Amino acid sequence: MPFTFSFYDFTGFTQWIDVTLRGACSPFWAVLWEMVIVGVLFLAFYAVVGLYLVYAERKVCAFIQNRVGPNRVGPYGFFQTIADLIKLLMKEIISIREADKLLFNLAPFIVIITSFLALAAIPFAKGLHPIDLNIGVFYVMAISSMGVVGILLAGWSSNSKYSLLGAMRSGAQIISYELSVGMSLIAICVLAGSMQLSTIVEGQRDLWFIFKGHFPAVTAFIIYMIAATAETNRGPFDLAEAESELAAGFHTEYSGIKFAFFFLAEYMNMFIVASLAATIFWGGWMPLHIPGLESFNHVMDFIPPVIWYVGKTVVIILIMMWFKWTFPRLRIDQLLNLEWKFLLPISLVNILIMAFIVLMGWQIGL
Amino acid sequence: MEITVHQIMFALFSAIILVFSVLTVTTRRILRAATFLLLVLVSTAGLYFMLNYQFMAGVQLTLYAGGIVVLIIFSILLTSHISQKFEAVGWRKAYFSALASIAGAILCITTILQHKFQATTEAAKEIDMKLIGNSLLGTGRDGYVLPFEVISVLLLAAMIGAIVVAKRKKTKE
Repeated sequence: MPFTFSFYDFTGFTQWIDVTLRGACSPFWAVLWEMVIVGVLFLAFYAVVGLYLVYAERKVCAFIQNRVGPNRVGPYGFFQTIADLIKLLMKEIISIREADKLLFNLAPFIVIITSFLALAAIPFAKGLHPIDLNIGVFYVMAISSMGVVGILLAGWSSNSKYSLLGAMRSGAQIISYELSVGMSLIAICVLAGSMQLSTIVEGQRDLWFIFKGHFPAVTAFIIYMIAATAETNRGPFDLAEAESELAAGFHTEYSGIKFAFFFLAEYMNMFIVASLAATIFWGGWMPLHIPGLESFNHVMDFIPPVIWYVGKTVVIILIMMWFKWTFPRLRIDQLLNLEWKFLLPISLVNILIMAFIVLMGWQIGL
Repeated sequence: MEITVHQIMFALFSAIILVFSVLTVTTRRILRAATFLLLVLVSTAGLYFMLNYQFMAGVQLTLYAGGIVVLIIFSILLTSHISQKFEAVGWRKAYFSALASIAGAILCITTILQHKFQATTEAAKEIDMKLIGNSLLGTGRDGYVLPFEVISVLLLAAMIGAIVVAKRKKTKE
């Protein structure tokens, strides 16, 4: 098979790798090598995205608060987070004498593995989609619902009151807001007629779902953004690690690289949530196409899908950072009221309206 | 004989399930037991993924790993302290529970052995979500809408019951 590479369609390139590997060694080793390649790529991706999200957060925060932000290490402080990572790697890992050591050490791994697993189902570009499950959306939901176990274990096994309180709060928060995230995604699954992420992206070839589905799609998007921000424990819903009350919440007792695991996983979860929003509502790697405007659509096709994907994800991440540095933190009762008395009923009604629209065939662009 | 990746994965999952099932019942710390149970359930989901029954695997992950185990852990967090350890069980209890579990295992194994497994040459099928959805809410021959609705009524009753129980305590105080 000849070598092909194109920024517009990675299918040929990935198939070329597969065929070459299968030609060079037995199927067993070919699969193993493919797993190694994908794994190493993901590790590198994870580290780079995690580090630069932390950098972006600091810069955005500084911009909003009228400060400069990191500006010493490298141009515009570009290498600041790398320096921070090296510092964290060299720190001593303090072991807590009265802690449940096994669970204490296990917890950061549960958190980081679940975010790693969720990342595997995200379509990055045409042909760059690690696993295309036919329950894609459901899979991401299912996997991310397990991350909370790591947080609860971390809080309990540290044997500290701050950690326990933080874990309880974040557990209650994640379990409640998971429902709204799921319900708002179901509304779009109804519109797409599928849970497979590749089909969902293909279904937005003529128009993105947020425009296609009238106001229920917009409502679903707004609910998703609120609930996803809460599910990732970010401000204004960051009362699980409210610095002024709880030291640092569930990871108070962690130090060094184990703390870095929680930190990285938090930012990676934000990335996953944002890229899921970009994929479901804004078409993922699909360029912006408007039915009827042929020349406009062709111009949009010139921008590679990867750029579209990254661009949309970055915009959503910036919106989430904007949330964090704009709104004051909620109280726990306000947080639970918002979910159970407002978001959940609204999203249930929203699914009904969306189903009605799909039933009548009222989607735009059909 | 060539070992396939599938076989290795199956061996791995089965080993995890076996080892952690035993650890779940033998450990004397309650939260560790819950964590081991989580690992068992996740590996079971892995087996479903291997069988290409992705919906089942997803349900296993959300309901059991993400739902029930989280609830168990939550209640442990609220009720038990880290220094708490169960006492070792007496020999009589251990003896009878071992007997019961061995009897159960024998029953299961004999049932499985009596079934005639037939090898097929058909390729592994991917179960379409649409098929599951249609039969779950279908009223026809293969429809499951009646059990589905009956279970919903049961769940509603359980929910109302839970609220009533929670409310009553508050008024007493």
